[in-house]
Amino acid sequence: MKTPLGRSSRSVTKPVIGLILLAALAWGAVACSGSTSNQPEKTVIQNTGSDTMVNLAQAWAEAYAKFAPTVSVEVSGGGSGTGIAALENGTVDIANTSRRVEPQESATAKKNTGKEPREFMVGYDALAVYVSKSNPLDEITLEQLAEIYAEGGKVMKWSQMGVTMPAGADEIIRVSRQSNSGTYAYFREAVLGKGRDFKLGSRDMHGSKDVVELVSKTPGAIGYSGMGYAISEVKMLRVARKAGEPAFAPTVENTLNHTYPVARPLLMYTLGEPAGEVKKYLDWVHSDAGQDIVRTSGYVPLPKAGARQ
Amino acid sequence: MQTRRRWEILVETAIESLIRLCGISAILFVFGIFFFVFREGAGFLFSGFNPREFFTSPEWYPTSQSHVRYGVLALIAGTASVTALAMALAVPFGIGAAIFVSEFCGPRWKETLKITIELLAAIPSVVWGFIGLTVLNPLIMRTFGVPIGLTVLNGGLVLALMSVPIIVSIGEDALKAVPDSYREAALALGVTRWQLVYRVLLPAAKNGLLAAVLLGVGRAVGETMAVLMATGHAVKIPTSVMDSVRTLTATIAAELGEAPVNSEHYQVLFIIGILLFFITFIVNLTADLVVRGIRHR
Repeated sequence: MKTPLGRSSRSVTKPVIGLILLAALAWGAVACSGSTSNQPEKTVIQNTGSDTMVNLAQAWAEAYAKFAPTVSVEVSGGGSGTGIAALENGTVDIANTSRRVEPQESATAKKNTGKEPREFMVGYDALAVYVSKSNPLDEITLEQLAEIYAEGGKVMKWSQMGVTMPAGADEIIRVSRQSNSGTYAYFREAVLGKGRDFKLGSRDMHGSKDVVELVSKTPGAIGYSGMGYAISEVKMLRVARKAGEPAFAPTVENTLNHTYPVARPLLMYTLGEPAGEVKKYLDWVHSDAGQDIVRTSGYVPLPKAGARQ
Repeated sequence: MQTRRRWEILVETAIESLIRLCGISAILFVFGIFFFVFREGAGFLFSGFNPREFFTSPEWYPTSQSHVRYGVLALIAGTASVTALAMALAVPFGIGAAIFVSEFCGPRWKETLKITIELLAAIPSVVWGFIGLTVLNPLIMRTFGVPIGLTVLNGGLVLALMSVPIIVSIGEDALKAVPDSYREAALALGVTRWQLVYRVLLPAAKNGLLAAVLLGVGRAVGETMAVLMATGHAVKIPTSVMDSVRTLTATIAAELGEAPVNSEHYQVLFIIGILLFFITFIVNLTADLVVRGIRHR
């Protein structure tokens, strides 16, 4: 009973081991040839951060691959916080953020890596306030937004805003972002005011796109997200600074002439003064070709003269 | 012949110690994970951690500029409400299915059902979350006329569907473990099938069924991705099943990636991890003690 079993198992294992060895050899050969003879040196630029900017950064990276084939820009998202954390740990070449790096974060980066983060403005984003297409509301003031979103704010129902919604949709469904997103931090500062917090009970989505999608599916919802994420099933509200003042739509012109009140710069950070390929890449991002991509991605390019660093 | 026997003995001992190592490694891993989670959270746990606020305040403001608050009461309520609803749905269905599979259906049906139920267990949790988000959300909105369908009900339904397979397979094992002599004796006394199940099998398999339920609870408490997508992720103590909630697990999943390493926020998330560890540990320990109770009888 014992011997035949042993023999049969041995006869099975031998070819299997052979096959694995063969496969390993073949893979090794392929891997070697790939790394040595295929191409000249390829420089990799690591680019991480803001979820708002991830589509834009990806579009830049793809266009730059055609412009400079020897450089590959690897883009990942995760949020401004992720980008800044990577900067603090020195694991990234360029961090994308939709908020400014705080002094204490800058100090941590200096302590860990010996270099101070250097800021580059690469475009603007208007933070649009989205509601469902079926919502009759067209404009809103910053005070109303604060009443809806801020801790202690009184507005909970659409009827309090003078908006008549179909039965069952009167409750304002606040859609927000997870608490360490740059968009969340910017909206908190620009709309709720310094030091104020969000009202608890908002639906905290994990991405710019998720906010717009949930709003599109929920008649009673209101949400904020980058203007580049607009889809046809939602409506962007015009926003006024105060009641009685004119309201402005989130457009390129209104962002550049500062009439739209919830707009912010899009930033890229490097550790210390950029050099070599990273510097070339940032220069290209600031060039007309790079800024055209800002426009086609749905964001606001930098004004033609000045403001460039 | 002699050398060969010695060789065999050598191999035997080698394999034996290898297997022993595998067994011990499970314990080592559990303690290792616990140690790691505890170490990451310990810094804050022993300095500045306010247990009273942590357990009694529903205010979760980990990144506030003016007043950082780490209250997880709303998150505990979220986990508890979703789990309770899931169990209220899954236990009757799971135990019912276990009784049907084990006692009432023919062998061919039984095989088909068991394979299908195991298939249900193999669906990844992110797929369940997706079903909650895209199928159940509009369905709940239309059916109940509520403003949003990402609610306790949605999360509870998804979790119930995920826990049923566990309850069925363990429950069925428990019923199968009841000796046939019990069934034969009961039938000889002239009981109906319903009386057999209700008066003989359920009391006899009581512990096993309880263990099945508790393992289902463990599954529901620990589930992350599906509830993150299906419950709406809103910090709020629910007052009805139509409220959105946020669970402990979903909070860790959503925030840990962006919390700076070793910051207070990061450490508090690990303290939530310790809390979850304790909850599931107690649930599993209870299940284990209950199962051991069966063996002793």
